[in-house]
Amino acid sequence: MADKRINDLFITGDQTYATIDQSVGRLVLDPKAHTTNWLKWLIVGVMGSGLMMFSIAWLLFQGTGIWGNNIPAAWGFDIVNFVWWIGIGHAGTLISAILLLLRQQWRNSINRFSEAMTIFAVMCAGIYPLLHTGRPWNDFWLFPYPNILGMWPQFRSPLLWDVFAVSTYFSVSLVFWFVGLIPDFANLRDRSTNKYGKLIFALLSLGWRGSNQHWHRYEQMYYLLAGLSAPLVLSVHSIVSFDFAISIVPGWNVTVFPPYFVAGAVFAGFAMVIIWAIPLRKYYKLEHLITNRHLDWMAKITLATGLIVCYGYFLEVFFQWYSGNPYEFKLLTETRFSGMYAKFYWALIVCNGIIPQIFWWNKARTSNFWLIFVSISVSIGMWLERFVIIPMSLTSNYLPSSDKPYYPSFWDFGMFLGTIGFFIMLMILFIRFLPMINIFEVKDLLYKFKGKKEYVEGQLPVEMK
Amino acid sequence: MAHDYSDPSGLYALVGEFETPERLMVAAEEARKAGYKVMDAYSPFPIHGLSDAIGFRDTKVPWTVFIFGLIGVTLGYTMQFYTSVIDYPMNVGGKPMNSIPAFIPVAYECTILFAAFSAAIGMFAYNRLPMPYHPIFNAKNFERASQDRFFLAVEASDPSYDREAIEKVMKSNGALEVSECDF
Repeated sequence: MADKRINDLFITGDQTYATIDQSVGRLVLDPKAHTTNWLKWLIVGVMGSGLMMFSIAWLLFQGTGIWGNNIPAAWGFDIVNFVWWIGIGHAGTLISAILLLLRQQWRNSINRFSEAMTIFAVMCAGIYPLLHTGRPWNDFWLFPYPNILGMWPQFRSPLLWDVFAVSTYFSVSLVFWFVGLIPDFANLRDRSTNKYGKLIFALLSLGWRGSNQHWHRYEQMYYLLAGLSAPLVLSVHSIVSFDFAISIVPGWNVTVFPPYFVAGAVFAGFAMVIIWAIPLRKYYKLEHLITNRHLDWMAKITLATGLIVCYGYFLEVFFQWYSGNPYEFKLLTETRFSGMYAKFYWALIVCNGIIPQIFWWNKARTSNFWLIFVSISVSIGMWLERFVIIPMSLTSNYLPSSDKPYYPSFWDFGMFLGTIGFFIMLMILFIRFLPMINIFEVKDLLYKFKGKKEYVEGQLPVEMK
Repeated sequence: MAHDYSDPSGLYALVGEFETPERLMVAAEEARKAGYKVMDAYSPFPIHGLSDAIGFRDTKVPWTVFIFGLIGVTLGYTMQFYTSVIDYPMNVGGKPMNSIPAFIPVAYECTILFAAFSAAIGMFAYNRLPMPYHPIFNAKNFERASQDRFFLAVEASDPSYDREAIEKVMKSNGALEVSECDF
């Protein structure tokens, strides 16, 4: 039967509402559900965060001179990492908002930890531009507030649009994530046997009682938030791309940037979701909720967005030739195709253009090894893409004096590895203290596939007649 | 529904417990047809069609979002207009003072920000949340309302409240248990 087949694909095994509560809620309520592996990864994360804190402290003490940034390459690792992290975050919003609007119910099983990933990735991203300003204690100048200088921010600048876009994106994602957690907090409140656990979840659930009236307004709000987040996520990375595209720097001034950046963000983000989904479902025995079909479809989205990104690479080359601008063409031939940085450009083409094509094979989309391999290659490739676009374009310019190479310093790498550690730490803590799969939406998914046969438009269930 | 919470004693509602959403839905529909109005259902996940079965309809959240979206776009644009045209006019690359295309992104983000926050805050406000105490939590077995059971509560404040008749409606539609719940 068709229903049964679909059911088997998204939720396998003989599941009931109680088994879902058990397999997801257990991870929060039962400390024994987490082994020493969890602790090891937490230590890795904490050490990484320590490196980040140390790099930031040294930076604040010494100033941005400790980074490899120079003139003309005033944007180096800091902006590369900013764009990389923001992009990774986008998959969470895509899964939670756009797939919800498209009625892709399978997203119910993966949206919670993808949304968490979004929030943590945007936190990592936000650190960079704030420090990049050089005097982060004056960062409140970015916001329009009446001041004794009588000055206002420059609203015609994409950099200021970025401030609004990223801060809106972060706060809206946080709201979306929190309201999604409320019914699950109520579930944990009712299931917890620990006095303090009960109290904490009772406070967090805000007294949620699952009333139909509440669900009615909740659903309206949830779809509205999705409808607002969907264009928001597209606008955020478009605006990030405006930081480059609106300038006249060769290699940046390309009209294809907004869609190309958005596709790249989804590409990198889905790769990161796969990187997290595979170990999580394996170690926490969630294969019946995050099934092979989920991985298969995520891999297909990665492949599709990867092809869009490749089209972007092709268009970049085309425009650099077709524009007839000698500086654009010089950048293409002397900085990208050849020269000291060429290896990064070709590594990018291999990582993002060639390796993801493995996903055309059915077997690769269900094999843990190939999924992880391609996803890591995509993550590296997307980082290289931003490196190719940002410092490499800046080092080849209209003026001969701009031909100055960019070398990252130890502290650039310290910050980068540090934020990766910070991200790992936040994810590991999230896995321990919050339900990593949306309990009520997975129950809804189960009901949609199992209960459909019983209830036919306002009639009594067949078995009860 | 409106209820006088100033009286802390007495009966709150008659609560039926169901095993599946279908049974809850049918029971709610029957109860509505029998003329009961002050009732609510409780379930671990949203059930489509249940609001119709109970006879509940509400569009306050979408309207709130729409209005706050309009407020957001107005404030966002006005802020840019005031700062860039009136208070601190500055020539940037010969662009007009009121650079409409350049002002769209920030106005747009303000729209989303206001609309999204009004959606969440509005949902909580109209639902009267946070509300740490509610009489329905006294209902028997109610901790399963967030797990795997489905509840229908006909409140005692309903003008045609009749314990026997409601119990009959619930039982005939497959209620596992019907019990009274006090404040």
